[in-house]
Amino acid sequence: MLIASFMSVASLSPAPVRKFSKNPLIAFYQSSIGKKYVVAGTGLILIVYVLGHLVGNLQIFSGQERINAYSKFLHDLGPILWLVRVFLLAAFVTHIVATIQLAQENRLAKPRKYAVTGYQRSTMASRTMLISGLIILCFVIYHLLQFTLQVTDPKFRHMHDSLGHHDVYRMLILGFKNPFVSLFYTVGLFLLTNHLSHGFASVVQTLGINNRKIASFVASGGQTLAWVVFIGYVSIPVTILLGIIK
Amino acid sequence: MNFKLKVWRQKDGASPGSFKDYDAKDVPSEASFLEMLDIVNESLAASGEDPIAFDSDCREGICGTCSLVINGIPHGPGKGTTCQLYMRRFADSDTIWIEPFRAAAFPPIKDLVVDRSAFDRIIEAGGYIVVRTGSAPEANSLPVAKHDADLAMEAAACIGCGACVAACPNSAAMLFVSAKVSHLGLLPQGQAERESRVIHMVRKMDELGFGSCRNHYECEAICPAEVSATFMARLNQDYALASAKKVLAV
Ligand code: FES
Repeated sequence: MLIASFMSVASLSPAPVRKFSKNPLIAFYQSSIGKKYVVAGTGLILIVYVLGHLVGNLQIFSGQERINAYSKFLHDLGPILWLVRVFLLAAFVTHIVATIQLAQENRLAKPRKYAVTGYQRSTMASRTMLISGLIILCFVIYHLLQFTLQVTDPKFRHMHDSLGHHDVYRMLILGFKNPFVSLFYTVGLFLLTNHLSHGFASVVQTLGINNRKIASFVASGGQTLAWVVFIGYVSIPVTILLGIIK
Repeated sequence: MNFKLKVWRQKDGASPGSFKDYDAKDVPSEASFLEMLDIVNESLAASGEDPIAFDSDCREGICGTCSLVINGIPHGPGKGTTCQLYMRRFADSDTIWIEPFRAAAFPPIKDLVVDRSAFDRIIEAGGYIVVRTGSAPEANSLPVAKHDADLAMEAAACIGCGACVAACPNSAAMLFVSAKVSHLGLLPQGQAERESRVIHMVRKMDELGFGSCRNHYECEAICPAEVSATFMARLNQDYALASAKKVLAV
C-alpha cells in the first residue's frame, strides 16, 4: 500500500518535529534506536553488576569471616572501588534518563488507545517495565541508605568483628531480622526479577545480537536468569528469618 | 448472521470522533469483513445516512490497503488481512468494535480511514537502490547465497499495510522499516547505499513521529506477511554499525 494519499498531510499531522545534529555521535543519541542502544548497553552493565553483587552476597553462607574479609577486600580497593561506584551510578542514571526520554517519545506517538485491548504477544513484564524500573529505583535508594551509607540504623557503623573488620555479617542479620525490611527487600527483588525477565532478552534484541536461531533460547534464558537472581538474593533474608543463619 | 457493531465515526481529521452503534443484519457467514461493512453501508445509504468510510483495494490479501482494528486487534483475529477475514470467525450476535489504526504518524482522514503516506516518506528516504536500468542482466552474474536470498524474500513479503504500527503500544514502525532495510541490505544490489539507507530511513521514521520498539512483539504477532521480529535486531545492528562508521570518520 505505498500509494500517495490525495489528502493534504501537513494540516493533519500532529507529530512534533524531531531534528538531528550534524555531529554523528549526538545524532545517534537523538535517534530512537540510538537511545535504545544506550538503554540496552547500560542495562547490560547493570545485569553484570547484579550478578557480581549476588556472588559477593552469597558468601554469607560461607560464614562471618569470609564475607567480612570480602567486604574488607572491596574497601581496600580504595580509589578503584570509587571508580567502579561512579561508573555504576553513571550507568544507572543514564539507563533511567534515556528510558524516560524514549517513553515520552512513545507516548506522543500513540495519542489514543484502543477502546478494546487486544494484546497478542506482550507480557505483564514487558508492559510494566517503566513502573517496575521506577520502583526498583526507590528500592535501590533505600538499599544504599541502609547498607552502604548506613543511615537507617546508626548501629551498623559501629559493628566490628574480632579481627576489627567491619562486621557485614552481623549487619545483614540485624537488618533482615526486621520482617518489614525483609518484606520490602523481597518485593524489590520480585520487581527486579520482573524487569530482568523482559530486560535480558530486550538487551540481546536491541544490541542486534538476536536472530531466529537463538531467539527462543534468549527469551527462556532471560527468564531463568531473572529467577536465579530472585532465588539467590531472597535466600539471604529467608534463611536469616528462619534462623538458619544466626 | 447478525452482529452488533460499534464503529468509530469521525467526519474529518479536525473533528472529534466517537463510536456509533449499528446492526449488521442477515450477513452470510461466508462474507468477508469488508463485505459485511459493504452490506451495512448499503442499508445506511438507503436510509440517507453517510456510509462508513474504510480502505480497501485488492480484497485478495496482497496490496495492504485494508486496515481496521477489530476488537483491539489490527486486521482482526488471526493472521492475515481484514479482506481475508470471514464472518464465520465470529459467533452470531457478537458485538464487534471497529476502530481505525491509531498512531500520531497516521493522522485520521475520515471514519476508519487514516493517512498512511508516512510509510511512503520512509521509503523515499532510502528504500530503493540506484542502478542503471536497461535490459535484465544475466541471472547468474550476481550470485546470492541461498540463506540471504531466503531472508531477503521473507523481508520483501512486507505489504506495507501499517498493522505493525497499529498493534504497537508505542506506534513504532520498526518492523516495517526493518523489513525494508533488510530486504535491500541482504542483497548485493543493496550494498552500495546500505549505510546511508538505514540512517536516513530510521531518522525519517523518528521525524514522522513513530515511536520505538520496547520488544512487546505485538507487531510480529499480527503481521499478515509474517515478518519476523528478528529483522528488527538486524535493523538495530545495521543502524549502530552505520552510525559508528560515521562517528569514526569524523
Ligand atoms: S484490500 Fe488488499 S490486502 Fe486487503
